Amino acid sequence: MLTLTLKEQPNVPLEAEALSPDLTAGLSPEAVRALPVYLGKRQLRVADFFDVDGTPGEELQIQGAADRVKWMGRGMTRGRLTIVGNAGMHLGAYMKGGSIEVSGNVSDWLGAEMSGGSIRVRGNAGGQVGAAYRGSLVGMRDGMILIDGSAGLEVGMRMRRGLIAVGGSVRDFAGLEMKGGTLVLRGGAELRTGAWMSRGTIISIPPIRLLPTFSYTSADNPTFLRLWARHLSTHGFVIPYEDREGTYQRYLGDASVPGKGEIFVFRPRAG
Amino acid sequence: MRISGGTVYDPANGTDGVVKEICISDGRIVPEVQGGPSIDASGMVVFPGGVDIHTHVAGAALNFARGLTPENYRKAIPFLHASGRRAGLGGITPTTFATGYLYAGMGWTTVNEAAVPILSARHTHEELRDTPVVDKATLVLMANNEIVLDLLEAGELERAQHVVAWLIWAAKAYGVKAVNPGGVAAWKWGKNANKLSEPIDGYSRVTPAKIIASLAGIVDALRLPHPLHIHGNCLGVPGNISTTLETLRVLEGRRAHLAHLQFHAYGGESWGTMRSEAPALAEHFNNHPTFTCDAGAILFGDAMTITADGPWQHLLHQLTGRKWGNVDVENETGCGIVPYVYKGSNLVNAVQWAAGLELLLLIKDPWRVFLTTDHPNGAGFWRYPELVRLLVSAEHRRECLKKLPGKTLRRTVLADLDREYSLSEVAIVTSAGPARALGLSSKGHLGIGADADLAIYKRGPDGVSFGQPRYVIKAGEVVVDDGELRATSEGRQFVVQPSYDPGIEEYLRPLFQKVYTMSFDNYPVELDRIARPDVRPCD
Repeated sequence: MLTLTLKEQPNVPLEAEALSPDLTAGLSPEAVRALPVYLGKRQLRVADFFDVDGTPGEELQIQGAADRVKWMGRGMTRGRLTIVGNAGMHLGAYMKGGSIEVSGNVSDWLGAEMSGGSIRVRGNAGGQVGAAYRGSLVGMRDGMILIDGSAGLEVGMRMRRGLIAVGGSVRDFAGLEMKGGTLVLRGGAELRTGAWMSRGTIISIPPIRLLPTFSYTSADNPTFLRLWARHLSTHGFVIPYEDREGTYQRYLGDASVPGKGEIFVFRPRAG
Repeated sequence: MRISGGTVYDPANGTDGVVKEICISDGRIVPEVQGGPSIDASGMVVFPGGVDIHTHVAGAALNFARGLTPENYRKAIPFLHASGRRAGLGGITPTTFATGYLYAGMGWTTVNEAAVPILSARHTHEELRDTPVVDKATLVLMANNEIVLDLLEAGELERAQHVVAWLIWAAKAYGVKAVNPGGVAAWKWGKNANKLSEPIDGYSRVTPAKIIASLAGIVDALRLPHPLHIHGNCLGVPGNISTTLETLRVLEGRRAHLAHLQFHAYGGESWGTMRSEAPALAEHFNNHPTFTCDAGAILFGDAMTITADGPWQHLLHQLTGRKWGNVDVENETGCGIVPYVYKGSNLVNAVQWAAGLELLLLIKDPWRVFLTTDHPNGAGFWRYPELVRLLVSAEHRRECLKKLPGKTLRRTVLADLDREYSLSEVAIVTSAGPARALGLSSKGHLGIGADADLAIYKRGPDGVSFGQPRYVIKAGEVVVDDGELRATSEGRQFVVQPSYDPGIEEYLRPLFQKVYTMSFDNYPVELDRIARPDVRPCD
């Protein structure tokens, strides 16, 4: 495993897409030190900001206050990127494979437009998790993002496939213009969840405020939801699915698009 | 400077692949030069620099398209800032500086921005000022200008001519463009103009045919170097061949340039039955020698449709479901923007691809059909080398055809066309022909006195490598050397000054106060806003 320790937090964001197992796996520590990073418009070396230790391989670990280090794991296809502490914006954007694990918090655009691989965040995430960048038609295309804490605005915006599960609450516009995939909100959401969604599934455990363009259809515990719940529980992410615990109310929308997305809201069994 | 050993293709002067020396002094081609640098072009071919007769590279509409599609810039090629070179981005609508670098990098040295509303002429000229290396000209939009249309309605043709001349000079333009004559004016009522002989909305006597004939007559009466440049009615719609042929009949006997003709060459009644009518159109064209056209070919991949043809763009938005921008340019014109992807798996797109090539191959006289993609509508201009490759190799065309839907063969005749362009013909459709049609006598050739704009290509086992010129020389300066940008000097801008009765301003002034948001005195672009103007009197 190769370990990079940030010496001190840069005063402006550092763009470090070179910090990806794809790039570092085949390099000597010396070559990793020479990889380019951008501080503003200046191109500098990894070694200007990080101490590099260990042996290069499929595993890369980042330590230190990397809150302002952007684009780590950009487009990665394999290997494992571990971040001990916090990470900056665009972590795992365009990712195709491999895994990322963060012990702290991450900023906005986590896993934006990713098409494969998995991301686990133990702390909180910012906005636009798994989203489409401005102007793009499609956000996350596949893969999995699990966040134990909360997340910000526009989580899963325009996602087409894959899974995003958030343990804490999310803010407005979760699943905005969603085209497919699954969004699990264990801590609920603020306003306008699922606005303009055309397909896809949003599952909320607490009651949430729904747009008037969603209509109630039925209440049950669909089979696919049981499968998702069991799958998530293997990652330590528990949502109810047994009949004795309660049922899911299904709403269809967003009728203003018009869309055929669905929002399931859990209702615990009375008494 | 002396260029020796190269095989020169200069069709305007009857030079077809002759090894000869070219001497350059003070930015022009001269008979002899003493001393100075020399370039050994042995084994290479020497062409006059490319001339793009129809492109959209600057102005309000293009800027709107840039703003509408941030996603394109994320995947675009960046030009990093370096000494003597500005930062910029490529992609389907490149930024201004990058546009100049990309044209020069391909060996093109003159471009004609083909659609400028007078109201945004100032903006266009500011952007062209930031488009380095290439020389530039602009065409101003006139076929939906309400002041002009009102005069046609009233039958005041002579006054209309003075107004048109005044407007051309106000916009510091080089020629006149007609886009969907009458259709954009009708679009303001939510309508379009699909029938050439029917009055357009808001008028009782003005028909598209009348606008076309009147403007073509005015352009000739004003003795503009470039004839009326027409984007006809019913662009892009199946069965529009009848409208296109009718337009040509309206123009019969006059000179005219038909823009992006591929988009006007369709038969069939619906998208399901659409076929190429390029053979019929080419035959009509071959028999009427006063017309020129550019192909407006499409290539598969990303495009950005930008046109003053607002109603068509609304239809395209409904067809594709893609995002749509619409601009109303007061009393002058409109504009619509829809990003588009041409796909080889789509039969309509496959027919369009074939139709563009058919026009280039079936119109016999290369001096009357020019290579364009109506950038960025059919494909980015930097893909012209791909188009050249399709023209010089029938085998390559057939290979490409094999990847298209089988029905394409029944809707087009491309598979039967064996014509392959000679290098001299490539030089005509990319440079000599468009320069002549634009009336730019110092462009598109390598005779004595011509501007020293040259593209020098290596010749490999697979033919000439058009994508990567070995040298590009602009105004006697080496601007590209083996793929490296060496110099980024500012190009000239061609402007015409047609004569008009100065009293026309007293007619226009009260109209402006009544209907324009801009004051009359702020409207014309001052000549000193143009970086390096080259003003052509019309006599």
